[in-house]
Amino acid sequence: MLELIVISTLNGVLFGMLLFLLSSGLTVIFSMMGVLNFAHASFYMLGAFFGYQLTKWIGFWPALVLAPLLVGAVGMAVERYGLRNTHKHGHVAELLLTFGLAFAIEEIVSMIWGKSPVDYRVPAALDFPAFTIFSTNYPAYKIFMLAISVLIFVALLVALKRTRVGLIVQAALTHPHMVGHLGHNVGRIFMLVFGVGSALAGLAGVIAGPALVTQSDMAALLGPILFVVIVFGGLGSLPGAFIASLFTGLVQTFAVALNGSLASAFGPLDPSIGPSVLTDIWNVTIAQIAPVLPYVLLVVILIVRPMGLLGTRET
Amino acid sequence: MTSTVTSASDVAAKPSGQNLRFYGLWVVAAIALVVLPLIFSSGGSLTSFSLIGIAIIFALSYNILLGETGLLSFGHAVHYGLGGFAAVHMMNAVTSHGWPIPLPVIPLVGGIGGLGLALLIGWVMTRRAGTVFAMISLGIGELVASSSLILRSVFGGESGISTDRTALPHIFGWTFGPQIQVYYLIAFWVLVSAMAMYALTRTPLGRICNAVRDNPGRVEFIGYDPHVVRYLAYCFAGFFAGIAGGLAAINFEIANSAYLGAVQSGMVLFATFIGGASYFFGPILGAILVTYLQLGLTSVTSVWQLYFGIIFIGIVMFAPGGIAGLLMMHRPLIRARTLGLVIPSYLVATLPTLALACGVILSIETVARYTVTGGEGNIVKLLGIPFNTTAPTTWGIAAVLVVGGFIVARITWRRIAEAWDRAASIARDRGYLA
Repeated sequence: MLELIVISTLNGVLFGMLLFLLSSGLTVIFSMMGVLNFAHASFYMLGAFFGYQLTKWIGFWPALVLAPLLVGAVGMAVERYGLRNTHKHGHVAELLLTFGLAFAIEEIVSMIWGKSPVDYRVPAALDFPAFTIFSTNYPAYKIFMLAISVLIFVALLVALKRTRVGLIVQAALTHPHMVGHLGHNVGRIFMLVFGVGSALAGLAGVIAGPALVTQSDMAALLGPILFVVIVFGGLGSLPGAFIASLFTGLVQTFAVALNGSLASAFGPLDPSIGPSVLTDIWNVTIAQIAPVLPYVLLVVILIVRPMGLLGTRET
Repeated sequence: MTSTVTSASDVAAKPSGQNLRFYGLWVVAAIALVVLPLIFSSGGSLTSFSLIGIAIIFALSYNILLGETGLLSFGHAVHYGLGGFAAVHMMNAVTSHGWPIPLPVIPLVGGIGGLGLALLIGWVMTRRAGTVFAMISLGIGELVASSSLILRSVFGGESGISTDRTALPHIFGWTFGPQIQVYYLIAFWVLVSAMAMYALTRTPLGRICNAVRDNPGRVEFIGYDPHVVRYLAYCFAGFFAGIAGGLAAINFEIANSAYLGAVQSGMVLFATFIGGASYFFGPILGAILVTYLQLGLTSVTSVWQLYFGIIFIGIVMFAPGGIAGLLMMHRPLIRARTLGLVIPSYLVATLPTLALACGVILSIETVARYTVTGGEGNIVKLLGIPFNTTAPTTWGIAAVLVVGGFIVARITWRRIAEAWDRAASIARDRGYLA
């Protein structure tokens, strides 16, 4: 039991930090431009596939730097040529544009790399067990992933809170017109923020690709969870996104690891004489409902606290 | 100068001739629905018509949310699917218990299924509009779709639940075995639902929905609760989506979890938006086009969904009113008789735009089939000309078409915009809004 708790906590924190790499970009983009970027998870997928392809050509370490930059460039192009032109039609049009993009990117990826998973492997330099805990080998690559995400988290925090650029970005979040009057090019700030957000998503893809499955449906699988995370944390709140990411990561990891069901907990009270729906619910294991849990969380938080955990505004 | 267009006077003093024209339109639609299968009587076209009919009801129901109330839902298929499952379970129950319920009533059961779910989840969902509603609808959609795989006894797991539509009590000797009878059943429900949904847009509720879409704060000031209005609109949308789902269940004789999924929700959004959400007939156009493309493109290309995505992005960026919006833009020009000023520039733009489209199609197909080796797999037939996707000449042609087409087409598009401005300003001078 202790083993399960330790390993699951590690995995959960790891998954949570990965989610935060994505949700942080999404949150900053949302609070700045009012656009919920549907294609954010697609940038994550692009990162994974670029990482795979570049690893094949030039090795993992250059790919780790180049792939996020490429994804960032794609993101900036999307902002400059897509969103900026759509802005005049309103937020719904922008949301729909990113929705169409997400759809198109998935199709393009499956067209180029096929629909089956690609063979994106952990680099040889990191392919060893980092430590052994309760007779389970914990892979070094996961520690590496954790280190990278924590590093980015700290860097993001410092950049936003301690630098001049961060100051301008924070100002542009709430008072874009004032920032514009002070002589800053708000359009370019938006483009840069969008690019950095996409690059972060791409980085998450590059490092998550080898550990998870790199496949053309990975964006569609992660995307809805990502939205749950940022609604749960409170739209536009970075600390909220952080807490919600970790929480969702832990909940999902623990749910997958646990194998209990109502039947195993309250065996003798079997309602098999009742309608068969009850039997279904009775026999389902926690691991089976793991994919549903984030959405249940979403519904619960919306009923209890509609603005999300740390959200301040009713959008 | 007798009919200067202002919508208020339009509604107030509608001449009786216009009323006649309005009812005539429905009669013509009804006749068209009856006559269509007599002209195109092959099995394939009957199946297509049935699918299009279902898609029309579904898209119109979606437009109650998107077009009328301004709610962007990413999970509308939930009601469609629930309607389908309700219909299938009802049909099986009718068969096994021998109840005297004929098949034509079953879509109503589907509608009640969709409505039931809407009543249940709608109150929480419609608390807020805009982006938050979109996110919640996505989450709820995923929730229901994933739950459907857990509750096997209701949703039948991966394989779904099948039924037999011919086993229900027959009326007037109709067994509903042949596709033509199913088509007429669907056509009947299309007409009834379309009329009901059109009537809904004319009721005070429909009008207040429009007001909630445009300015919820103002609606609150005059004493309506936008939340309640959104909830009612959501319930109506759920009901009609359920009817569409019930018809789909009858048509395919099966309901499975794919009915509820994100793909189905995405398709109805595409159909509605491509057709145009701001006019009642927009979703009808969109449903016809999308279903037709879906059926037609799958046999031609393996990446047909990519074309959907591209068309959708193009519509969102350049014509947010959809096809209906594009068509209706020309109405004031036709009335002011200045359409002739625009048509020459359209004709000039056709060729480079087509070249650009061909270039894009050729590039996409080249990439898609590049990895296919051997046989006819890597031959693209475009306009009857075979292109080998591994040959550099094909890549060259595609590049020239895309780049050259784009440069020339952009010039012609600018000319369209200029001609359009001229025509529109003349129309405005003559007293027609443009």
